Amino acid sequence: MSILAYNGSAVIAMKGKDCVAIASDLRFGIQGQTVSTNFEKIFEMGPHLYIGLPGLTTDTFTVLNKLKFRANMFELKEDRKIAPDVFLSMVSNLLYERRFGPFFVEPIIAGLKPKTFEPFIASMDLLGCPNKPEDFVVAGTASEQLYGMCEALWEPDLSPEDLFETISQALVNACDRDALSGWGASVYIIEKDKVTHRRIKTRMD
Amino acid sequence: MAMPRSYGGLSDYRTVPAPSFSPYSENGGSVVAVAGDDFAIIASDTRLSTGFQIYTRNQSKLFKLSDKTILGSTGCWCDVLSLTRLVQTRIKMYQYDHNKVMSTPAVAQMLSVLLYYKRFFPYYVANILAGIDDNGKGVVYSYDPIGHHESSKFRAGGTAGALLQPLLDNQLGMLNQENVQDKTYTLEKAHAIVKDVFISAAERDIFTGDRISINIITKDGIREDSFELRKD
Repeated sequence: MSILAYNGSAVIAMKGKDCVAIASDLRFGIQGQTVSTNFEKIFEMGPHLYIGLPGLTTDTFTVLNKLKFRANMFELKEDRKIAPDVFLSMVSNLLYERRFGPFFVEPIIAGLKPKTFEPFIASMDLLGCPNKPEDFVVAGTASEQLYGMCEALWEPDLSPEDLFETISQALVNACDRDALSGWGASVYIIEKDKVTHRRIKTRMD
Repeated sequence: MAMPRSYGGLSDYRTVPAPSFSPYSENGGSVVAVAGDDFAIIASDTRLSTGFQIYTRNQSKLFKLSDKTILGSTGCWCDVLSLTRLVQTRIKMYQYDHNKVMSTPAVAQMLSVLLYYKRFFPYYVANILAGIDDNGKGVVYSYDPIGHHESSKFRAGGTAGALLQPLLDNQLGMLNQENVQDKTYTLEKAHAIVKDVFISAAERDIFTGDRISINIITKDGIREDSFELRKD
């Protein structure tokens, strides 16, 4: 099996009306053996900027640390917070530097653009090829299940409350049909003046 | 005694091995089946393909075995044809021997035996069997290629099985939904959800699309329906 499916994960992000949501499962395993059920794969990179790093966990941390370093250097040089679209280029560049010996992560970025607070979501493959759709992005071992759920549940201009319900249902039902992800979930709803973080209870098997 | 090794002799020159023959192909397609209290619905897409090439946009993967049993079969199309022909023959033989139509649970068990008979050179197929049993109740059976089977209320199989199944769990099984009083569903609701899940699958699975062929099995017989999907 692919090294991308060694630890197991499910990450998803969705656009709503003046808001975005990003969510992930909480399992950390080694193939079939579950090691931890409280493992966050989503990280805050700015006031309205989050990144999900599903894939090989060791690379999740390596990539996260490298990204934190580069984002900090950006802030020091430019004296401003990094914007989601700029951050996307940064992640893409970092991954493509390792074109022939890649990090096994498939990042998902969600945030609001500075000043306009326009919703922004993006995903990448492990080589850094960016994808910026209008609706939703998914990644991880449960990506097929997530695509099926999202295609049916997502609709344009969802309110923050409806977006939370939609992304949660999509994630939880997808995880229930994937042996390598699940064991609880973590959902972030990002709005102009608040970010809501909720843990969802799921079936634990 | 060890064989003497030759260096530079004639035996060192070997022909390049020809690409070996592969007995299986993947021809895509998806099947969804739903069982209700007094009905069963089974639907398949009608695209037959190999990789990026489409053989036809109009090949249903549903096989009528009797007035109350339908088999949906996808995977390696030549195996699908071989298997379904064998099943149809064996159903006829049963009818001539016993002078009665084979019941759906009997067909289900026979299909498992036929698949396991080829345990070490299997039919490369994903089967879903739908029908009504002797009590008039809807039943759905799903199989792996070597005959392991399971009875369930609803099942998705084929290339888009992973995309379709969690949606059925959520919308028909009412999983992860709060304050659900009634877990039963009508034929109309099942019919609508089958269409919806196929529309979703056709968006993301290139092996699923063109059209779905739907068969509704009730005690009165089989009703056929069709629904257009995206064709790209």
